[in-house]
Amino acid sequence: MAESDNIVVETAEKIFADLADPQTINNDRKEAWKVPLWQALSEAGLPLAWVPDDLGGSGASLADGFALLNAAGRFAIAVPLAETMLAGWLLAQAKIGSPEGEMTVLPANPKDRITLNPDGSLSGRVRGVPFAKAAKHFAVLAHGAGGVSIALVDAGKTKIEAGLNVGYDDSDVVTLDKVAPITVKPAPKHLDQTTMMLIGGVARSLQIAGALESMLNISVRYSNERVAFEKKISKFQAVQHNLAKLAGESAAALAAATSAADAIANATAFNDEVYLEAASAKIRCAEAAEKGGAIAHQVHGAIGFTLEHILHRYSLRALAWRDDFGSESYWAVELGKLVANRGADELWPLVASR
Amino acid sequence: MTAALRFDPIRLPPKCEELRKEVRAFLAEEMARGTFNPFKPNREDTDVPEFSRRVGERGWIGITWPKKYGGHERSFLERYVVTEEMRVANAPTRRFFVADRQSGPILLKYAPEHIKMDILPRICRGELCFAIGMSEPNSGSDLFAAKTRATKTDGGYLINGTKIWTSSAHIADYMIAIFRTSQPTKENRRHGLTQFLVKMKQPGIKVNPIGQITGQHEFNEVVFTDHFIPDDHVLGEVDGAWKQATSELAYERSGPERFLETYYVLTELVRAVGNDPDTRSAEGIGRLVAQLHTMRRMSVSVAGMLQAGKEPVVEASIVKDIGTVWEQQLPHRVRDLAAFVEETAGNRETLERQLDFAIKTAPKLTIQGGTTEVLRGIIARGLGLR
Repeated sequence: MAESDNIVVETAEKIFADLADPQTINNDRKEAWKVPLWQALSEAGLPLAWVPDDLGGSGASLADGFALLNAAGRFAIAVPLAETMLAGWLLAQAKIGSPEGEMTVLPANPKDRITLNPDGSLSGRVRGVPFAKAAKHFAVLAHGAGGVSIALVDAGKTKIEAGLNVGYDDSDVVTLDKVAPITVKPAPKHLDQTTMMLIGGVARSLQIAGALESMLNISVRYSNERVAFEKKISKFQAVQHNLAKLAGESAAALAAATSAADAIANATAFNDEVYLEAASAKIRCAEAAEKGGAIAHQVHGAIGFTLEHILHRYSLRALAWRDDFGSESYWAVELGKLVANRGADELWPLVASR
Repeated sequence: MTAALRFDPIRLPPKCEELRKEVRAFLAEEMARGTFNPFKPNREDTDVPEFSRRVGERGWIGITWPKKYGGHERSFLERYVVTEEMRVANAPTRRFFVADRQSGPILLKYAPEHIKMDILPRICRGELCFAIGMSEPNSGSDLFAAKTRATKTDGGYLINGTKIWTSSAHIADYMIAIFRTSQPTKENRRHGLTQFLVKMKQPGIKVNPIGQITGQHEFNEVVFTDHFIPDDHVLGEVDGAWKQATSELAYERSGPERFLETYYVLTELVRAVGNDPDTRSAEGIGRLVAQLHTMRRMSVSVAGMLQAGKEPVVEASIVKDIGTVWEQQLPHRVRDLAAFVEETAGNRETLERQLDFAIKTAPKLTIQGGTTEVLRGIIARGLGLR
């Protein structure tokens, strides 16, 4: 991995290297690593990276925050860093300050809805919410008679049905039954659920790209160590070609994700061009997670299928991240509709505009 | 540790977008004039000399080259925009494209001054067509196996042997070819190949057409019998062509022409499904657009690396590998998605005709300019596996 010259990323990488070594975490069945890691991240101001100074955060740029999430993906971090960052960002859009501790965002699926009732309470049942069980607060995007609102909710006031995603991380069902929010404010005009989902999707894309980069690295390393049929397996052409394809998937994921992050960080409006970037990133990164992960496992053979090995920390999480904030199938349908609606002769101008 | 495969999100500067508008307007004019028909891909009219000259007049050939050789000293990113707009429009670029992409840059680097002054301005004016003489019977991507001999004689070399799969040799004015000047050594299998500038339509050169499964004629066999090449037509180091050839591959392998060759079927699919697609069509189109967008962002990124003076050989190989596999699958995916296109779709016939041609074109896309297997070998080397 190229050394980063980004101070936010450098800080994070140092913390990850010290407190989130994948092998150490993998061996730690009691999960004792979680508390010191979260503490160190919090002390460095990283979970609230996207919250401006005047709202209690560290005021990092969108670009720096996205780069931080890519680094988190390279370590397959399994604490709600991305979720708390997204929650802090969402709250800040309505000038709501962020509390201390873990947060997550609701809903996490484009088709789920939370309603702001006339009495100011919130209702709705939303699925697949990452780290809801671990969160102390929720940042909620809700629909009411007056349009879109953003609310801060005490997680203790909601009903949580625990679940796990395919990567063994919390992915829960949250039910709000006329819950009174701590704060609720109207969302700014440009912000709707689609925008929030796409930004969440880009966050996941960067994490997937990071995980693929690590899968490539550990697969190359393993192929240079493992001997079979009296040769290092890296010397077999079939293995080389598989790893070349993995490199391609990893590179494509990173290119799509960083391009989308750059597009959002520099966007003046969330127009079709930015939509193309964000939706494409989620679609392409999800496809890369499937193809690339399969190759990484193939190269590792049976050892990569064991719980003792770290490969699954990356491969399963990359697969799980495909489902959050809209799957690739969902975004492909939406992007396809957008393209069809603009018409055949506008397709190339759209692609070439980026 | 692996190579850092970073594709920074390079954005095309505003002057590229200005240029893009000019190119689009020019192409619209040429279509209106009847120079070419983008909806008729099974075209025998791909060689259009007047079109080349008009592109030359606009200053879009040799766009990055020094002005003293007829070039325009503009950026690779500007060149990129011209290439992709021409490709998407199915413009007949065959006559000048190889010289613009590859042969010109080789001459700039290795030809003696008087040859540069003679040939490069004519390329820029769109007057010359180049072919590339790499493959031979039983060699292909295995360049080391090339056998066609260049034997030293008074004032030059005598060439004997056969090149094959040579695109455009039948219309080419020049070929840049690799010939064997000595045997490989035990220490260096790559030793002994030399690059030459060959003037076509001269004694001792016979061009035999080879039919293709698309029905088009691009390929040829080129037979050399005691063909004389003067000393000043040697390009670069005698016996050292291998080194020269590899550093140029990034130009050949990462451009938009490496994923846009069958693009027209996607446009026609979008046209056929109309503005209210069913879920299946919408999803299929969405995925294809996401894949296309991602490749193009990677390709633009490599153009940015070239502009910055880097030699992104591994990155370019990745773009060509993913890009050519994609453009090869595209007609088949479009065929899948077109299965339920309404009988009444206005462009149905065009779509079917284009699909037919694209499906026949597809097999060559992962072969030309370095096979998938060769590219993956280069990527594997970049990963430290060999």
